[in-house]
Formats: sequence, C-alpha cells, structure tokens
Amino acid sequence: MRIESRADFEALQEQARQSAGSHGQQILVCCGTGCLASGSKQVAETFAREVAKRGLDASVGTFVKTTGCHGFCERGPLVALLPSGVLYTKVKPANVEKIIEKTVLGGEVIPSLTYKNPADGERIAAYAEIPFYKHQLRVAMRNIGRIDPTNILDAIAEGAYAGLAKALFEMTPEQVIEEVAVSGQRGRGGAGFNTSRKWRSCRRAPGERRFVLCNGDEGDPGAFKDRSIMEGDPHSVLEGMVIGAWAVGAHEGYIYVRDEYPLAVVHLTIALEQARSHGLLGANIMGTGFDFDVRISRGGGAFVCGESSALMRSLEGKIGEPRAKYVHSTEKGLFDLPTVLNNVETWAGIGAIIDRGGRWFAAMGTERSKGTKAFSLVGKVKNTGLIELPMGTTLRTIIFDIGGGILNDRPFKAVQTGGPSGGCVPEALLDLPVDYERLTEAGSMMGSGGMIVMDDRTCMVDVARYFLKFLTEESCGKCVPCREGLQQLLHIFDRLVEGRGRPDDLQIIERLSHGMQLGSLCELGKSAPNPVLSTLRYFRSEYEAHIHHKACPAGICRELTAYEIVPELCDGCHACFKACPVDAITGTVKELHLIHHDACISCGACFDVCPTAAIRTFPKVELKTEVV
Amino acid sequence: MPTLTVNGKKVTVGNDAVILDAARAAGVHVPTLCQFDGLEPWGGCRLCVVDMWQQGWDADWFKMVTACNHPVADGMRVVTASERVVETRRVVLDLLLARCPETPLIQRLAAEHGIAATSYEPNPTPTDCILCGLCTRVCDHIGVSAIASVNRGWGREIAPPFHEAPPDCIGCLACAEVCPTRCIPYSEGAGKRRIWDKDFEMLCDPVTGEAVITKAQAEHFAGRSGVPQGYFATSDTSKRRVMAATFSKLTVVK
Repeated sequence: MRIESRADFEALQEQARQSAGSHGQQILVCCGTGCLASGSKQVAETFAREVAKRGLDASVGTFVKTTGCHGFCERGPLVALLPSGVLYTKVKPANVEKIIEKTVLGGEVIPSLTYKNPADGERIAAYAEIPFYKHQLRVAMRNIGRIDPTNILDAIAEGAYAGLAKALFEMTPEQVIEEVAVSGQRGRGGAGFNTSRKWRSCRRAPGERRFVLCNGDEGDPGAFKDRSIMEGDPHSVLEGMVIGAWAVGAHEGYIYVRDEYPLAVVHLTIALEQARSHGLLGANIMGTGFDFDVRISRGGGAFVCGESSALMRSLEGKIGEPRAKYVHSTEKGLFDLPTVLNNVETWAGIGAIIDRGGRWFAAMGTERSKGTKAFSLVGKVKNTGLIELPMGTTLRTIIFDIGGGILNDRPFKAVQTGGPSGGCVPEALLDLPVDYERLTEAGSMMGSGGMIVMDDRTCMVDVARYFLKFLTEESCGKCVPCREGLQQLLHIFDRLVEGRGRPDDLQIIERLSHGMQLGSLCELGKSAPNPVLSTLRYFRSEYEAHIHHKACPAGICRELTAYEIVPELCDGCHACFKACPVDAITGTVKELHLIHHDACISCGACFDVCPTAAIRTFPKVELKTEVV
Repeated sequence: MPTLTVNGKKVTVGNDAVILDAARAAGVHVPTLCQFDGLEPWGGCRLCVVDMWQQGWDADWFKMVTACNHPVADGMRVVTASERVVETRRVVLDLLLARCPETPLIQRLAAEHGIAATSYEPNPTPTDCILCGLCTRVCDHIGVSAIASVNRGWGREIAPPFHEAPPDCIGCLACAEVCPTRCIPYSEGAGKRRIWDKDFEMLCDPVTGEAVITKAQAEHFAGRSGVPQGYFATSDTSKRRVMAATFSKLTVVK
C-alpha cells in the first residue's frame, strides 16, 4: 500500500500494530552477523519447521521472527521469547524441540539454556534482568532485536517513520533543525560535531541541488555498531535520512557501506524497496510533494574512505583520498555541492528525536554530550558485544557491570577507545565518565565507539605497534607526515619490540608524533599518533624497560621474553606439553615439566593452557647471562 | 578585495586568492614542493604550512593551514615562520630526506632548515620521487590521465596502468618537466622519443627538419582545439623565420 496522506500512514501504523500484536507467542531468533556465524540460521529454520509441523502458528499464534543483533554476541545464538521475556543463550538446533515443548507450550524455563552470571554463577532467565542489558538505554538501537529488519510493517509497528510523519506534516524544515538543536545531538562518527549546526549550514548554502549522505564505512578493528544498526534496523537509518533531507532541502542521498558488510547491504536494499513501495521514499513522500531518494554505494575497502572528504571523492568515482576542508562540505561537498554527511548511528537517532522531542534526548547524557552512545565492547572482558548507554556512564560500569569484568579474573590494565586512532585509558581513569570531552582530555577519543579491553597480559608497546601497523597499511599516502611518518614510527616500534631500541627513540617518537599531529592533511594522520602518545603518557616505564633493560614487563614481546615452569606449582598435567607447537617442553604425566629455552619460540601457548598458573615469564636477557 | 597581513605586512589580494598568493604579494617566501602555478593546489607535501588567524577568533588562537590552498579572508593574519610551523616543516623535510637521501633538491631544502642528516631510518632503496603528484595532476589537466598513483600508504607509487606502457600517453613530457626532482626518465633521438617505456614517432618541421612534437600529442591537441595538426609541427625556428620575414616587409615609421 502506498501512503498518500497522514491518515493513510496512521491506518498503516494501526494495521501493523494489530498484526504484530496478534501473535500469542513470539520466538525471536537473533540473525545478526555474530549469531549467524554461530549457526543461528539453522536454529531459526528448525524453529520455523517445528512450529509449522505442529501447527502452532494457527493454534496458539506462535510466530518465529529473525531479528537483528541483540548485542550479546558472546553468548550467541540468542533466542528471546515473548511475551515471557525469557532469553536463551548458545541455542543449538537440537535444543529447539525442547524449547517448544517446555517453554512455548509448557511455560517452563529451561535453566541450562539461560544465562549464567559469571559473577556469582546464578542463572538469569529474564532478558531485562541480565546485567549486560540492565544498564543499557537504547535510542539508536531502539528496535534492533525486536523487529524483523526485512519487514517494514514490523518496524512501523514499533514506531518507525512516526518521526518522519511528524516532521513532514507538523513541522517546517527550520523547526526540524531547531528540534535537533534542542536535542544537542553530536555526530556519532567520532568527531562529535553538532548535528543541527551541520544541517543549518547546509540549508543556508546557496544552490538548488544538494545531498544527504550516510557514512557506513565503519572500518575500525573491533567496531561493529554501524553494521548492527544497518543490519538490524535499516529503517531507522532511512527515516533519519529522509528527515535530514527534508530539513536541508535535499532530494538525493547515498548510503556508503563498506563491502565487507554484505548482510547490511542486503537489508538496506530490501528496506529501500519497501520504503519506496509504501511511499516513504522516492517521489511525493507520504503525499506531501516532497521527493527524496537514496542509493547504496559499496565501499572498496579503504579505511580512509570513512573520512568525509575521501568518502565523497570515492562516491564521485575518484580515488578515495582526503582533501583540505577549508571550505566545509556543507557548502562544497559531493560534486562540490552542499552536502550533509552523518554517521549511521547519528541518522538512526534522528527519528526518535523528532518523534519524542529534543528535550527527551537532551535529558540523557552529560552537559556537552547529550543522549546515548553505542559501543562495541570487545577484548578481554567476559561479556563482549554491542551496547548502548547514556553518555557519561563510567568506564568502570561499562567494563565491570556490563562487561562482567576481565576474562579469567585477571587484572585490568587499560581500555583502548575510539579505534586505531584512539588512545589507551589506564586503570587510574576507570571512573572517567565517557563523553567526547573527557575521552579527548584523557588522550583518547570517542571515535567509532570501539572499546578494546586489555588485561595485564598486554604489552602496551606491542599494542601501539599493532595500531601503527594497521594505520601504516591504511594511510592513503597522499601527505608526507602520515605516509612517511607512520612508516618511520613503525620502524622504531619494530626495533623496540625486538629489543633493539635506542636511548633517543622516545624523543624521536614524541617529536615525530607532534609533527604528524600538526602537519597531516586529514584526521587519519593527525590522530594516528594517539595510540603511541597515550601509551607513552600512561605506560612510559614499559617503553623504558624495552629500551634500557631489553625487557617486556608484560611478558609478551617474543624477542624479549622467556618462559619457565615454577617447580612448586607444576602438577604434571601435561597440558603444556600438548600445547607446545615446537616440542620445546619435556616431561611425563604427573611429573615436573621443563621448557627448553633453545627450542622455545616464546609463543605463550603453554602459559595460556596451564591450569595451575605454574608458568612464568622473565626477560630473555637474564637467560643469556645465565648461559654465559 | 580582502586585505590581510603576512608577518605583519599588509597586503590586498584578489577574492579568489589563497594564502600563498598573499605571501608572495608581501614578498614573503613560503617553501613549497607540490604546488605549481596553473594546477589545482593539492596540499600533499605539507611544506607550505603557516599559522593563520581570522576575525572573530580568540586573540591568541592560531590555526595551522597549508598556504597553497587556504582561501584568504579580510582581516586575516598570517605568520609564516612561527616556531611550530618551522618545526613541522623540519619534520616533513627530515622524513623526505629519509625517503630520498640522495636527491639534491631535498638535501638543499633540508639543509636550509638545519637538517644535515635524517633522524630516521634512511630508505634502503633510495628514490628521487617525493610523491608530490605533480606529474599525475598535470597529465589529468592536459586531459590524458595516462599515469596515476597506485597503491596506498608507503607502498604508493606513480605508475602507468598495470606497469605497462600506458596506452593513453601522448609523450608530451609534461610529467617529466613538471617534476621538481626530475625523476621521470625519457630519451630522444633519431625522430623518436621514449617515455614510460613507450616509443613515439616525432613530427618534424617541414622546413627545418627539427623534431618538434610527438604525432600522438599533435593529434591530441588538434582534436581538442580544432587547430590543424600541421600547426603543432612548426618548430620555433620556423616560427621565428616567418615572424622575421613578416617584420622585414614592414616599413618603420619614425
């Protein structure tokens, strides 16, 4: 049905709600990329088959729905049951029959499939009670996991396009921009530029033709919030873009998605078609006479194309390289025409802001960072996954309450925020409220919302080197400081981790880093030294140990680290013997094992498997003196 | 016509001017490598960075920008050699010297900035190419686009497609001539020219017999301009002779 008026839209809303409410029981199977990889497609198919076989869809109104990412990827495949609100984790096709018999038909919870809280070993059945979800507040991800992303009616039943209807029928473009200004929303792509200011400046730019773009080129290692939004609720992104287009007076839009996100592309394509056929996109939207259409452009895989000017060059079909932005893209952007570019998460929040009001959004968060923010929580935490919280939530809450603490209860060392160009925040700053300003002050940044948690088995020099290597490969090479500077930094870090550091290396690193921050053309180069400078700022002694003592205090850098077995702790379980890839360990079961240093490659495999923590690391230099 | 100051000196420049134009008008030298009058500024070498203040900003807050492509504004204040500007140029030249340790131009510029030897790991395979992009930009500008930058980051290089003789090249030598380090090789002789591993037939002046232009270039220019091909094959000597003949027929009125 094509919507020609507000009454049409309201009728469709009503119809969608009734249809959604008609199901007695809903079985929501997470089919986000994470759960799909753990086999959720088979689970969903088994459910559908079983429900059809038993005729439950007709008799008790049971409905199987495949949804987007629930965020708790660590425990996938996830299955949520409505209306009971029970969440089952790590569900296999073999569990399906039992779930239907016991829970769907019998109303009983199956304890073995529920979430086990690692903090106290308690089983928690209710979705909302699980600590991972309890602290969250979802705006951009409001419908993800609740709707079938390939069904527009399902999204409309949950409120999609209500904000658009309000904007088109009740508000002028200026009022829309004002409402976004009241919300105080800032760009979710990382830089945190005020959304309404961007829109206003584009609206004021002279000329007829202008563009609205969505940046879905999320390329940071460990970040996947934009992917989950595009996969799980593509309509929220579209709705935001149509509202934005109405506000700035654009009739053409592009979504730039990285090609490594095939499911996002599929779901966006379906959403575009459905929105068009319902009159929510294309010519004469909702019968108002306003035209706006969106096309999907798939990125070729360059990290730098997430940078706004490089993204626009890439959309134009040119080499994706940044250029000076002395004239703002709101005046001269894509094809040198006025352009608004916002991140996926920014767009996803717009519909809710217009629907519920800017004040509602501004009531959440901190003074200068309003609303909620999505984060990809990964690394050495017990509960990895995708979360959304009010700005100003402390790192401690995120890592220990939501993340459930550090894996294997090892000590926390640092958390890297903001992707490869972000910085490492140490334990002393765990109570830091997370917002744009505080993270920048701490030498890191909001960036894409990636959070990589590190434990004591992390060498900060090695971490900085890892990010440098990533950036060296992703620098476009247009400007000298970024291209040559990153390569030279990597040279120095290669020296450091191999114990060939020189006394003046830290000075050279600092000088070069500052030169890159000042001199680079785009934000990639300007922020590339962040991982280096932040680890130097908080973990300088580790660098000094690498240079002056040829030692890696964390026992990670292979060239500097030796392993040995502490005789008193070894119970002869033979696990290390089996784990060693180079047969450097000798010993028979129930007897003391021995590591042979001449054969050992310091990979740490034995360390990771030892159940009695009998393996310790020590600097290799001590070994050499012993031998001599 | 905006009026601004460059190192305290007041200058008035055109509305479309960039900071580099203003600096030149003020007689202030700003070093550049990837800038070439007549080509779009690119902002890649970062050598022309300057500190800049604009009206409405806090009195002591300056922004570092590249002079080659930043538009001027009325009341702007430009400082071309502040401490951090000079330091940034030093870092850039230090890095370029590591990349091109044997290139005279880079050695000279580095020396002018007080750098005798690079602080970094010198390039084990020295090159003269500083990746300023002038060659590819001039090639685009002529409307040929025979060469381009390939790969990214430190693997970036200038090359024809697939590293083979570029089918679109017209052998005009613009890339070789614009190159600030003269690192694009070519050879000429016996009515032939060779560049980018591609051989070109030269058109010779019908009168003097001098080799003037490649046939491909004359065709390209004739096609773009509508001027007959033969015009491009006239050598400078021939043109001068025609001119001299014309002048000789003129009566000078005292």
